[in-house]
Order: sequence, then structure tokens, then C-alpha cells
Amino acid sequence: MRDVAIIGIGQTKVGEHWEKDLRHLSLEALQAAMRDAGVEHVDALYVGNMLSGELTGQEHLGALVADFAGLRGVEAVKVEAACGSGAAALRLGYVAVAGGLADVVLVVGVEKMTDATGPEATAALAMAADADHEVAHGLTFVALNALLMRRYMYEYGYKKEDFAPFTINAHANGMNNPYAMFHMKVTPEAYARARMIADPINLLDSSPVADGAAAVVLAPADWVRGSGKPVIRIAASAVATDTVAIHDRRDPLVLEAAALSAWRAYQQADIGPEEVDLFELHDAFSIMAALSLEAAGFARRGEGVRLALDGEITPQGRIPVATMGGLKARGHPVGATGVYQVVEVVQQLRGEAGANQVPDARVGMAQNIGGSGATVITHILIRDC
Amino acid sequence: MSLPSKNWRLRNQRYRLVGEICEKCGAAIFPPRDVCPECEAPAQTPYVFSGRGEVYSYSTVYHPPAGFEKYAPYTVALVRLEEGPMLTAQLTDVAPEEVHIGMPVEMVTRQIQTDGDEGVIAYGYKFRPRMG
Repeated sequence: MRDVAIIGIGQTKVGEHWEKDLRHLSLEALQAAMRDAGVEHVDALYVGNMLSGELTGQEHLGALVADFAGLRGVEAVKVEAACGSGAAALRLGYVAVAGGLADVVLVVGVEKMTDATGPEATAALAMAADADHEVAHGLTFVALNALLMRRYMYEYGYKKEDFAPFTINAHANGMNNPYAMFHMKVTPEAYARARMIADPINLLDSSPVADGAAAVVLAPADWVRGSGKPVIRIAASAVATDTVAIHDRRDPLVLEAAALSAWRAYQQADIGPEEVDLFELHDAFSIMAALSLEAAGFARRGEGVRLALDGEITPQGRIPVATMGGLKARGHPVGATGVYQVVEVVQQLRGEAGANQVPDARVGMAQNIGGSGATVITHILIRDC
Repeated sequence: MSLPSKNWRLRNQRYRLVGEICEKCGAAIFPPRDVCPECEAPAQTPYVFSGRGEVYSYSTVYHPPAGFEKYAPYTVALVRLEEGPMLTAQLTDVAPEEVHIGMPVEMVTRQIQTDGDEGVIAYGYKFRPRMG
């Protein structure tokens, strides 16, 4: 196996892109990443996307994006793993370069969600859950997370407002990210007043439906060593799975796949959670942020919310999360999210995170979750220099 | 409009709560999955659940997906069956504010979705507060 580096990053602003479709969003992100990497050709293209067929009527994104970007002829496929599609595409790119089957690989995550109505998008997102045994009974994706949040509050004695710090931190960080969807501070009062979506989850617990694309360029780390620039190495790439339906899990409040994926990643990188300088977690809902912190070893069971209440998740805290806004404030264009997370980790490790810079960040972790925890993909990046 | 084949295929589990029992380790399984989640042995022996259980967690849905608009708001739950497995279903015959974790419930057969004015009506299990 060869060491793999991320040599280029690119992203579009996350938001409602009425003038841009899947192709234009992808193109904008991948051209930025190729410019940043200084490459004009790639050996393969992996496109992470969840809902292009359902929401825009377009599948076959591998060939579509390759052709539109002037890369006709290149190996290209779409990769789908629900909201984990972006990191799944990166995983395949990593495997190709680490295994020596390709040298320069382009990974794009893209989603176009605003061509559909709200109820259509809600129904489409629920496809990440069990169609026959969850969704057929009227469960939305929000409702599934609400079931977890209600049980969490019951078992550990938290109040609804105890979850507010996740949202407040994400929005405070999003203020300084020009690519974030929201540039709006959230106060505890605004959180308490927010409209209920699926009790106890309100609008400010929930990441927004959005359009966006992000891209990275991978290459053998040896190619960039000695170039004078910091080498951002993928020190770990690990996928784990769990049951698609929440009701089939041994203990719904434990994200077993998140724990498995994180611990496999720690083994590969030969580090422990205490060495991670920042954690881009999958805060699609506040409860997911809490459960992810516990699964990845940053908090004991039932103490993920406590960590946030203690102020340890801000850029100055013990384990900064959502440092560029997270899914909550940067936005959650589902199939693109896993790539956005990794792009943001690279910004932090390069020291390019501006006002949100985590001091001396050298080890960054990104964890992308498909469904309510059925596919979990963890990447650890380390700056070598 | 979708074809009725899926509802037909799921009729035993949706109408009668038929799951499976593992002949090897004795685990009761619902929804049926043909491989025991406890011991990974093949498990295809039908087993009829009692329909009794209790609420593990619940939520009231105010923003329904397409196809469920006319039912909103409605309350959904994870129900722990007395034989062990958990399932996901709507609660019925109860006001949202009366639901609590640990509430004893029982299965009833109700309409769970309609496919427009002329499409197939899907029936299946919902759960109501247990009577006696």
C-alpha cells in the first residue's frame, strides 16, 4: 500500500442554487480542486451522490460529470451510500491510489435538492431508512432521529434546551465560512422558540436541505513530499455498517457502526482519540452529534451533550466540531457532505481556516454517516512536514 | 399509482404480525429476515407475535413526507414487543400528550396509507393503548 495525500480541494457555496444544476455544481467544485492541485488530467473520477435520480431525474453521474468536465474517456462511476455517499466516493478513490491502480484521482460529492418540493425532498431522504418497515409507517428521517433524541433525554435526564450548544457552535462557526449556507447567529432564546418538526426535534436541531458540490484530488504522498508545501496524508479510511432500521439494533442509543469505523481508523492511523485536534462530525441533527462524540470515544455514554454544555466543542475547546459550520450551518447537500467535511479538515490542517482556525491543528478526523447510522465512514488526515 | 404486489407480499407481517423463530437459539424475529440476527443461523419458521408490547420511544410528526399529508400530525413509536424484538409503527386512538415511554400498547389493523383517490389502500399494524 502507498501513502495517499490530498493535493487539491474545491467547493461551491452551499445554498439554493437556482441557476445551477448537478453538472455546473460539480464542474465548479472539481475545477477549483484541480486548479488547487495543479493537475490537468486524472486517472479516475468517483462521484458521491445520493438522490440525483429521485430529485432531478438524472442518474449515471460518473459519465455525465466526466463528459461535462472535459474528462471524456476517464474511468468514472457514481457511488451511493445514502448521506454517506461523499465519504464512500473518497474511500474508493483512496483504495485506488493506495492500491496502486491509479495515481491521480478526482473525488466529487454533489447534490441538487432544491428542484423538488419540501414533501418530495422529505420523502426522498427517507429512502436512506427501511422502506418497508420504517418509511411505510409514515416515518420521516427527522422522526427517526426524534425517536433517538426522546429516548436519550429519557435515559440520561437531559432537557430539550441542553442540546442548544451544538446548534449555537455550528452557527457561530458558519458565520466565518464564506461557503456556508447560513451566516446567522443562533441564541438560546431562538433555539427554544424554533418550530417543531418532529417532537422533540425542532427546526434549529435540523440541518437544511441544500445544493452544493465539493471535490478533492488524491495522489501518492511521495509525489508531493519535499515540494515545500505541507503534505496532507490520509492516515486512515474505514467503513463500517449496522442495521438499516433503528428497531433492529441491539441498543439504539449506541451507534455501533460509528464506533467500529472510528476505532478501525484509530488503529490504521496508530493514534487514539486524545490525539485528534478537530472532529468534523455528522451533525445532521443535534442528537447525531451527541451520539457520534460518544461512539468515537470523545465522551462516555450519555455524556455527549454534557461535552457540548461544558463548551468543549468550540474551536477553543478540547474537541472542536463543526469548525466551518457543520451540516447544520454550512448546510447538508447529502451526497456532497462527506467531501465537504474532508475539504474543511484540509483547510484546518493547512492553516487556512481563517477566524475558525484550530490552533496548531495537525490531526483531523471526518465522520460521514449514511442513514440513521447504518453506513459510517471515518477518515483521519494528518499533516506531515 | 403503484401496483399492489408489495402490500400483498407483506400481508402476513402487516396484517397478522407473523415473524419468524430461530430453531437454533430460540430468538423471536420481527420483521422476518430469514437469517437469525442473534446467532446467524437460517431462520424461516413462521411465528405469530401476540401484538402486545410497550413504547420504547415516540415522536409526533408535524412535517409529513409526500403521501402522508392528510394524516399529519400523527404519532410514531418504537414499540418493544413482549417477545423481545422492536418495531416501528404509528400509534392510534391516543392523544400525543398522553403517550409516554413504557406505555403498554397492543396491535390493531388500520389503514396506513392510501395511493390517491383511486389507488390501493394499504392496511397494516398500528398500536393503541392496551385495553385491560
